[in-house]
Amino acid sequence: MEDQVIICEKLTKRFGDFTAVNQISFTVSKGEIFGFLGANGAGKTTAMRMLCGLSKPTLGNALIAGYDIYKNTERIKKNIGYMSQRFSLYEDLTVAENIRFFGGIYGLSNQQLKIKSEALIRKLHLQSEANSLVASLPLGWKQKLAFSVAIIHEPKIVFLDEPTGGVDPITRRQFWELIYEAANSGITVFVTTHYMDEAEYCNRISIMVDGSIEALDTTANLKKKYDAVTMDDVFYQLARTARRGE
Amino acid sequence: MKQFITFIRKEFLHVIRDRKTLLILFGMPIVQILIFGFALTNEIKNSEIVIVDNAKDVASANIITKITASRYFKVSTFLSQNSDMEAEFRKGKIKLAVLFPPHFNEQLVHENRAQIQIIADASDPNTATTLTNYMTSIIQEYQAEINGNNPVPLQIVPEIKMLYNPQLKGAPNFVPGVMALVLMLICVMMTAISIVKEKENGTMEILLVSPFKPIFVIFSKAVPYLLLSLINVSTILLLSIFVLDLPINGSIVLLFLESILFIITCLAIGIFISIKTSSQQIAMLISLMGMMLPTILFSGFMFPVENMPKPLQLISNIVPAKWFYIIVKSIMIKGLGFSAIWKETLILFGMTVFLLIISLKSFKTRLE
Repeated sequence: MEDQVIICEKLTKRFGDFTAVNQISFTVSKGEIFGFLGANGAGKTTAMRMLCGLSKPTLGNALIAGYDIYKNTERIKKNIGYMSQRFSLYEDLTVAENIRFFGGIYGLSNQQLKIKSEALIRKLHLQSEANSLVASLPLGWKQKLAFSVAIIHEPKIVFLDEPTGGVDPITRRQFWELIYEAANSGITVFVTTHYMDEAEYCNRISIMVDGSIEALDTTANLKKKYDAVTMDDVFYQLARTARRGE
Repeated sequence: MKQFITFIRKEFLHVIRDRKTLLILFGMPIVQILIFGFALTNEIKNSEIVIVDNAKDVASANIITKITASRYFKVSTFLSQNSDMEAEFRKGKIKLAVLFPPHFNEQLVHENRAQIQIIADASDPNTATTLTNYMTSIIQEYQAEINGNNPVPLQIVPEIKMLYNPQLKGAPNFVPGVMALVLMLICVMMTAISIVKEKENGTMEILLVSPFKPIFVIFSKAVPYLLLSLINVSTILLLSIFVLDLPINGSIVLLFLESILFIITCLAIGIFISIKTSSQQIAMLISLMGMMLPTILFSGFMFPVENMPKPLQLISNIVPAKWFYIIVKSIMIKGLGFSAIWKETLILFGMTVFLLIISLKSFKTRLE
């Protein structure tokens, strides 16, 4: 159990009569890339918010990086990174200022900040853009930068909420290279996506329908199980059973 | 603490990067101070006055009857000593005092000429002028009446004295008004917008997921605007001293302390708006319509609150700018100390605490 960084047991969230997330249980191991799929309104975001400590579950238990989501939200926050579907850097700050700010609020020392930001800028080949405003960068670069900033404090887990929305396939590919690199260095990646080709990149995926996890396995096994050629088919077979609308 | 400083530095960067807003922030008070003309004059009803009747004779009694019958004035007290009058003015309740000299009727009958003193609180010059005009016409009316039955024309000479602002400058009136307005605008609107902006851009989520305490997010948003506002207060005061020739009669330290209190009130309102709204446009609209308009209407610097119907007068009490306006006027123009404005200060303080508590409460529930 040592390398299980996310352990989730019957996690449930209700808003009044509405059960947004219904008793989901799963585990994710260290360094795994875990795809979290589901149609709009299936409850992905709510589930993710609970795992990040942003919202308290109604029922169930979860351990994130070994910390209880009821009692240790502060500890959890120190050990996770987060990047959302909506773009999450400050456009009116320069590349260097953004790195400095996000590193700073995670409590990195000035020395660490200096080393980290230099390394990061070199890695992303942004040397000549370090002092330009983020607003002037192409979207693909911004997203790569946002991802790198999200893991600047070397978290145990990084949560990515539809990180590649609106990006061209080539940039998406490059983005996934960064994700692999992070996973290889031991960071667990928890990612939600709408792109089925991205689902193929994940080690395992889960598919949520109406607040419950209906399938959880490697993509190869899922395709076998549902007798489908592509992940699209698997997703469609499951998602059309949904009763909840948009 | 280091995180807090990192955050505040970032907020300053936001402010500095946004050149246009910065220009408006610093330019607005200067422009407003320089172009604001004289505020509107309006008819004023039921102004509270005091009468010091040293004569207690037929003529004074007749004039007093006329004054009390007039719808413009309401006599709050009759005093017997001239020295008590000043105290009444300081309380800020009365706008005008009428002084009858001893032997008023005697002088009038024997010398055909008598003086009557009208003293007005001219820190609001429009009201003061209007009120003294009303009073003079009442006296002239009485003079015409007695002269109708009298072959020898008698003359009552009103001697008018403007208290606190002898030159009847318009500036005293609008400088505190502009101060309230500018602080309201910067603190409420800019704070609300800057927090809502984080929500719109999705950066708020990132901040909430970070170990940085949510409450600090809010506080560090407020710090830059507190400082900017203090710069604006200084600009306005410098302009009023050196351009408008309007000295600060009271304590500058007290004036700044009261300004900080009002700025915090405004910041609390801004934070509250930002929690309740989710788009910059809505935040801006609410700040403008919900805050600016009441400030202009109810603070008393454009339209005399005394003249409004009772329900509106009651509403004006919940507008924080009204209290701040009274405070600034008392310190700047009347040169009064804290003992004269502790009540207004307490009201403002209460409002601030209340606003902060409900903002923080709704911020917490919002996070859930």
